[in-house]
Amino acid sequence: MDPLGAIDRPNSYIGRSVPRPNARRLVEGRGQFTDDLPSPPRTVHVAFLRSPYAHARILGIDLDAARALPGVVLVATGADIATVCSPWVGVLTHFAGLKSAPQHPLAIDRAVWLGEPIVAVVAATRALAEDAIDLIRIDYEELPAVTDIDAALAPGAPVIHSALGDNLAFQLRLENGAVDDAFAAAHAVVEDEFVFNRHTAVTLEARTILADYDASENRLTVHQSTQTPYQMQDVYARHFSIPEANVRVVARDIGGSFGMKLHVYGDEMATVALSIMLRRPVKFVADRLESFVADIHTRAHRVRARMAVAADGTITAMAVDDTTGIGPYSAYPRTSAVEGNQAVRLMGGPYAHRAYRGTLKVVFQNKAMMSQYRAVGHPIACAVTESLVDRAAAAVGIDAIEMRRRNLLTDDVYPYTSPTGYVFERLSHHQCLDALERACDYASLRREQQTLREQGVFRGIGLAVFIEITSPGPAFYGVGGAHITAQDGCVMQLDPSGAVRVQVSVTEQGQGTEAIMAQIAASAVGVPMEHVRVVTGDTETTPYGGATWASRGAAIGGEAVLITGRVLRQQLLDLAAAILQAQPETLDIADGLIVDATDGRERLSVAELARIAHFRPDTLPPGVQPQLAAARNHVPRGQAFAFTNGIQASHVEVDIETGFVRLLGHWVVEDCGRLINPLLVDEQIRGGVVQGIGGALFEECIYSPEGQLLNATLADYLVPMAGEMPDIHVSHVTTPTLHSQLGAKGAGEAGTAGAAAAVLNAVNDALAPLGARLTEIPLTPQRILTALGQIQRQSQ
Amino acid sequence: MASEAVTITLSVNGEVTTQAVEPRTHLADLLRMRLGLTGTHLGCEHGVCGACTVFVDGATARACLVLAVQADGAVVETIEGLTDAADPTLAALQGAFVARNALQCGFCTPGLLATAVEFLREVTTPSRADIRERISGNYCRCTGYHAIVDAIEDAAARLAGRGPT
Ligand code: FES
Ligand code: FES
Repeated sequence: MDPLGAIDRPNSYIGRSVPRPNARRLVEGRGQFTDDLPSPPRTVHVAFLRSPYAHARILGIDLDAARALPGVVLVATGADIATVCSPWVGVLTHFAGLKSAPQHPLAIDRAVWLGEPIVAVVAATRALAEDAIDLIRIDYEELPAVTDIDAALAPGAPVIHSALGDNLAFQLRLENGAVDDAFAAAHAVVEDEFVFNRHTAVTLEARTILADYDASENRLTVHQSTQTPYQMQDVYARHFSIPEANVRVVARDIGGSFGMKLHVYGDEMATVALSIMLRRPVKFVADRLESFVADIHTRAHRVRARMAVAADGTITAMAVDDTTGIGPYSAYPRTSAVEGNQAVRLMGGPYAHRAYRGTLKVVFQNKAMMSQYRAVGHPIACAVTESLVDRAAAAVGIDAIEMRRRNLLTDDVYPYTSPTGYVFERLSHHQCLDALERACDYASLRREQQTLREQGVFRGIGLAVFIEITSPGPAFYGVGGAHITAQDGCVMQLDPSGAVRVQVSVTEQGQGTEAIMAQIAASAVGVPMEHVRVVTGDTETTPYGGATWASRGAAIGGEAVLITGRVLRQQLLDLAAAILQAQPETLDIADGLIVDATDGRERLSVAELARIAHFRPDTLPPGVQPQLAAARNHVPRGQAFAFTNGIQASHVEVDIETGFVRLLGHWVVEDCGRLINPLLVDEQIRGGVVQGIGGALFEECIYSPEGQLLNATLADYLVPMAGEMPDIHVSHVTTPTLHSQLGAKGAGEAGTAGAAAAVLNAVNDALAPLGARLTEIPLTPQRILTALGQIQRQSQ
Repeated sequence: MASEAVTITLSVNGEVTTQAVEPRTHLADLLRMRLGLTGTHLGCEHGVCGACTVFVDGATARACLVLAVQADGAVVETIEGLTDAADPTLAALQGAFVARNALQCGFCTPGLLATAVEFLREVTTPSRADIRERISGNYCRCTGYHAIVDAIEDAAARLAGRGPT
């Protein structure tokens, strides 16, 4: 059989923009977010007292008044919780030298960031628990806070974890080719210092967990807003010493995750601990204020970078030095080294130069923890690279598009190993560049820019070529010792009605996982999509798998569904052949009917087949055992990760009086391999673009030097609103991976990977005639006016 | 701090209900925790994100900023009630949101729909810029807003009898 049969058949759903079957209930307000689920009997609610200091010793805690408040069930300190929950350390062995300290759910003796939970209060209602928190008295000794990354590494700096010796969690040095020679021989060298300020995920639904421990069976059931139920099942089993088979984690609807909802959080671990201690259900819903101080933050980087260019515009070398602050611990279980590691490995990735040096320092500090968030490391690498490419182009007097055309990897180099060791199966940079040039009508934008400049209107066009890591195999976490699987599983069965039930380990957070899996299953088996029901997000009812992160859902989970569907299809054909006394090869399944393979004539419906198999197997020929279920797993084997690529363009106008940036348009051309549902992919990419624009223009966790987070409300922390966002035009180039039958690679990071770089370049392009240039994001009006010399640089 | 409960009577989705509530309880908590109307979501509880948008006496309001005691005597409509009542503006928007994939996680969606219902009751031929302006009080973290604007445009056209087909 043609291996792409299910994909290429005329009735295939693959590649079609079908709406999501699970969208209807969400538009009717019938979502099942974790806080919407009915509380089991005897549910109590927990609230946390959190550290008001970035660094403080806890000298004494007075809980008497809190404990005495009517309605309070339990008040627990870090030491109390530690009796049932073992600590964790956020290191993995494949990051050689990475160190971190043991972390407990609640601080014991010392708090190391503003917002670290210290005391848990369980009460009949959340409001009562908060009342009790107001009655707790803690005697603190404030300790010097280490917030600045340079100060943290300076000799004599206070060491956050004295047992670790210093505040350097991890460092890395990569070098390929004759870097110093290339810089010495360069026609021009451009260099800059880039600052990326911290931001955070702001999922609209905050982290939510409902833990229910049943001592009679030593069973733990956790309903949680998490991307990774299987990972959490393992974490709970190990840290609470409960057999893994007795732990069930259920993730119903998830109100946004973006990589934030796959880390282990102390407040969530404490909630589970409290349920075990109390032998009853305990619920925790983070409020928005505690989300700002307790969710992971992201993208705090300071990068010094240089690029060497020859007189003809050929980029000959790049060197970067990235320092990133991760808060007081490396996050568990994925570590906080991944972001920096990916940033320095992705730098310069789209381009053909071979000389590259990257150094990375990952630094502890007394701020909220920082770890993986959507497009891990990508926006940093992309912004640094693309900003320098623009500067190099200017240095040799070449247009931005032409500069990229001369330097992007050409189509004849694949498979290609990058200077940092990444292997690209096949990328489509030049096709994407050409398509983008047409899509945004680049030449007209340039002409318009010229005309308007003469009228004192400053518009800019920014380009950003990106590569995206997707579909990681075991090299990502498993080899480092993490219990994070790279495989996904699918169980598919034919119900008596003829419907197909698909249980799959990838999870849904709105990307359209369930729709995509239904499309693949329907196409693979040969039934209408309405006859497919997809079940996700419950460790008890779905096979074990990696779930949804790093753009792996469609590529890995989708492949698992495709191959399982083919097995089930063959089983149904075998059974139909037995009933019809035909050879299976002479039959086909299409639109829910068993048909003659040659002329498409209907022989039997799948529903009738299902009825016979379930209820009248006595009518089957002797010895025939109907097989109505299939199970398969898939793990990527051919390559460590898949790489996708694309390019974005941003068109902006900068008001040089106010420093405000108006976004006039944004274009994305991207290649995620086989496109399963363009309707879903397009808006996922747009959502990623908007998150990237958030980081470029608005989003910043502003800390005082003492480690106080100054803007921890949604009124003060700005996120993109509809009125500020442009229309975002998405188009595709399709280069399927040959490492799977489906050919999908992944699309979740693409928008975020390049958007900030495109906006940064666009703003700098707009300001170029005024001699102003920015290298720090977000590009706030204040920073723009400072760059323009309109206001004085603030002394920090 | 907790204090004496106050008894209030209000109409929610056409049903009159009497509830004893603490003065500090906001309308969203009353709807969600007492009445099981969990389609009203809470994204910030300080009046910024719009996820809790419902109708109070015919106009949209942020249920996290309205105390339940303030809603004594009010007529409240939520996503569940408007859906069950087959509100034609809402129905057009719901169809367009599904068709256009104007939601991902769907957490922002009920609030956005409430805002859009009120908008399309007032304005029949909005521009994309008008739509963007009007929904700027409803944050969405998943979509790029583009599909939401598409969907509201489509619903407006359908309601005005101009398609889309
Ligand atoms: S929850 Fe009411 S506006 Fe955010
Ligand atoms: S769809 Fe997730 S917040 Fe809008």
